[in-house]
Amino acid sequence: MSVISIESLVKTFGGVRALDGLDLRVEPGEVHGFLGPNGSGKSTTIRILLGLLRRDSGQVRVLDGDPWRDAVALHRRLAYVPGDVSLWPNLSGGEAIDLLGALRGGLDQRRRDELLQRFDLDPTKKCRTYSKGNRQKVAIVAALASDVELYVLDEPTSGLDPLMEAVFQEEVRQLTQAGASVLLSSHVLAEVEALCERVSIIREGRVVESGTLSELRHLARTTVTVETGRPVTGLEALPGVHEVRPVDGRVRLEVEPAHFDALLGHLIRFEVRALTSAPPTLEELFLRHYGDSANGSRPASVGGDR
Amino acid sequence: MSSFTGTGRLARLAVRRDRIRLAVWVLGTPLIGYALAESVAGFYPDEQTRLGYAETAVSSVVARAFNGPIAGTELGAVVVTETYLTLALLAALLSTFAVVRHTRQNEETGRAELLGASAVGRYALLTAALVVVVGANLLAAALLALAFVGTGLPVAGSLAAGAAIAGVGVAFTGIAAVAAQLSVTSRGANALAAATVGVAFLLRAAGDVLGERGADGARLISAWPTWLSPLGWGTQVRAFAGERWWVLALPVALLVAGLAVAFLLAERRDVGAGLLAARRGPARAASGLLSPAGLTWRLHRGALAGWAVAVAVLGLSFGVAGHEVDAMISENPAAAEVIAQLGGGSKLVEAYLAAMLGLFALTIGAYVVQALLRTRGDETDGVLEALLATAVSRTRWLGTQVLGAVLGALALVLLGGVTTGLGYGLAAGDPIGWTVELGGAALLRLPALLVVAGLVTALFGALPRWSVALSWTVLIAFLLLWQLGALLDLPQAVLNLSPYTHVPSAPAAHPTVLPLVGLTVVAAALVAVGLAAFRHRDTPG
Repeated sequence: MSVISIESLVKTFGGVRALDGLDLRVEPGEVHGFLGPNGSGKSTTIRILLGLLRRDSGQVRVLDGDPWRDAVALHRRLAYVPGDVSLWPNLSGGEAIDLLGALRGGLDQRRRDELLQRFDLDPTKKCRTYSKGNRQKVAIVAALASDVELYVLDEPTSGLDPLMEAVFQEEVRQLTQAGASVLLSSHVLAEVEALCERVSIIREGRVVESGTLSELRHLARTTVTVETGRPVTGLEALPGVHEVRPVDGRVRLEVEPAHFDALLGHLIRFEVRALTSAPPTLEELFLRHYGDSANGSRPASVGGDR
Repeated sequence: MSSFTGTGRLARLAVRRDRIRLAVWVLGTPLIGYALAESVAGFYPDEQTRLGYAETAVSSVVARAFNGPIAGTELGAVVVTETYLTLALLAALLSTFAVVRHTRQNEETGRAELLGASAVGRYALLTAALVVVVGANLLAAALLALAFVGTGLPVAGSLAAGAAIAGVGVAFTGIAAVAAQLSVTSRGANALAAATVGVAFLLRAAGDVLGERGADGARLISAWPTWLSPLGWGTQVRAFAGERWWVLALPVALLVAGLAVAFLLAERRDVGAGLLAARRGPARAASGLLSPAGLTWRLHRGALAGWAVAVAVLGLSFGVAGHEVDAMISENPAAAEVIAQLGGGSKLVEAYLAAMLGLFALTIGAYVVQALLRTRGDETDGVLEALLATAVSRTRWLGTQVLGAVLGALALVLLGGVTTGLGYGLAAGDPIGWTVELGGAALLRLPALLVVAGLVTALFGALPRWSVALSWTVLIAFLLLWQLGALLDLPQAVLNLSPYTHVPSAPAAHPTVLPLVGLTVVAAALVAVGLAAFRHRDTPG
């Protein structure tokens, strides 16, 4: 049974459709990457999962409960790190951590102290004097020191330096080893590639791709660069081949995975001298979806579990 | 690029941000002035009645302490004495809050950093705030003068009266500019500046209480403490009674001095920093903090302590002053009438004491509004999101806030009654008896405060975006109804809109149970509406 399951979720603010039939599924024990540009609806989705916002329509289940109706009971079983952490200016960092932990239902003191040390956070400073990164550390420590089943992390590392980000990644891996599930919203693609088994890419309130990273790569076009003895012809007529352009006496093109075989059969007639093929990086997958929004056309659907 | 580059743009931005607040301020001041001047003209149409009024104003300690010194028996002078406190306090507080809002609050939220990185001079933000606030003061004062002229008062005196109010605003603009440099938080800067308003009020009151009767008997010559107070300067202009224009140089000098200090401090400190260094806190939370109630206590105890000190000081001084009321007002029908209107009942002392308890109940309404509107502050700055993502239900969180505000109000109102009774008892005899009696009488005011708490809760639940503006508007409307209702001869149906109209005017009148039960039921219904609406809406909403 899924830890989070969302079907056809719709949320409007005034006339703006922030979520437009969003589907999302997070399975037990996985770190699920939730990717999307600013304003695509990531935080709105998370706020609905936390029972802060009411959905207009669609089904949402979190840990087999209704996030709006069963908010209090569910919140004992999950921990949340907001994207923009606000704290009480006149409380110390240590007090804020203990308070958030206690209100959630308890904190592992030993783990708390260990995390404070790992994240190099001074708990005696008043929250108003913390930088954005340090406020984020307060929220991260308070969340990770709670022993819960689900961690909802909304861009948790956007204010952290690379050293601290590495610490964060290690800690998240430990959580999943202990059996917890994580929903990680982020636009740090390297972090998502390092941590997540599966990702969902959201754009304008809908999930446009979802699956494991290798699935997504299979579904997306591969870039092929080929050098041949004779000029290649007839590429445009091949099914599944796109974006053919000559580069320094070679030809670069994109091919859909299903048509790779046919392409190779065609190329072999032109004396192939060198050939490189690169599966798309997550960044390319991602850019393809939000690059499209610049020229206004809908992205070409390449599958996923929509 | 000079240190002032961008000032004009920033000033326009400030006007745009505050267009509604500024409009209410600039237009509300002359409107209140006009309404009051008209009603005073109706009350004291001829020299004879005004002589009686002046006699009270000069001889009554209470009138001296609150209204300030009367300058003469001309109609304009009476109008000034009757309107000065309201208009001057408004100008002082509105100027203070506006300056802090456009300086320290910008730094606190990080907006100043964003602006400071653009083509904006080092002093531009502070200068823009001052230009806007001083401009608003001058405009409001000009319209106030026009309003006075409109009621038929002499032009020179009207100008002086307007200028006196503008002077108060300008002086506190200078003070707030310094306060905004000293404190790291806008809350702290506001508290600091509001405390100076309080001190200025006390100094002026002391100076006027200690003042002497003038040669012609109808003028009060204030003693020196009045001259130390920016609130006192405005009264020394003596509008309509031989204007002393040179007094207006004092607030201007204070503004210039405040600016010099503020610019010096701004020059020496970093953006976001203050002069009062941030202290460290404990590494671990005490177990008392770890619940919604513990957190609420922690966040409100500072403000509550400040209120308690102010209420206790005022209560004791009201009480002690009450001893003179008997002697002084019994021979003065005009003053007796005013006090009887505010306090009710037939015995003057009791009417006076009841009026003071009523004043406490209204003022403590501001505590309730301030404490409960923190809910909205928590919601807009994101703290609420983190809280509601824990295992705390919305009902429990908001219920705790309401309970905290109500208990705070209960403590303050009781303290007000007890200290007033103690002060009066010490001066007039039987301190224990009076302490018990007035403590009990004060508690009868609590249902009105419960209604205020209910209103704020309902507004927060149902109309979160409007809750701040509407809550304060409603409280100010209650204050105006109480203070001006009788004076303006408003119909009872309008007066009945305020819960303060319904609480028994003890000790002057006998308490009746029905209105108290009615108010409590209304309050409970409003809280229930607020809780239900909050449970069903989005946060942030």
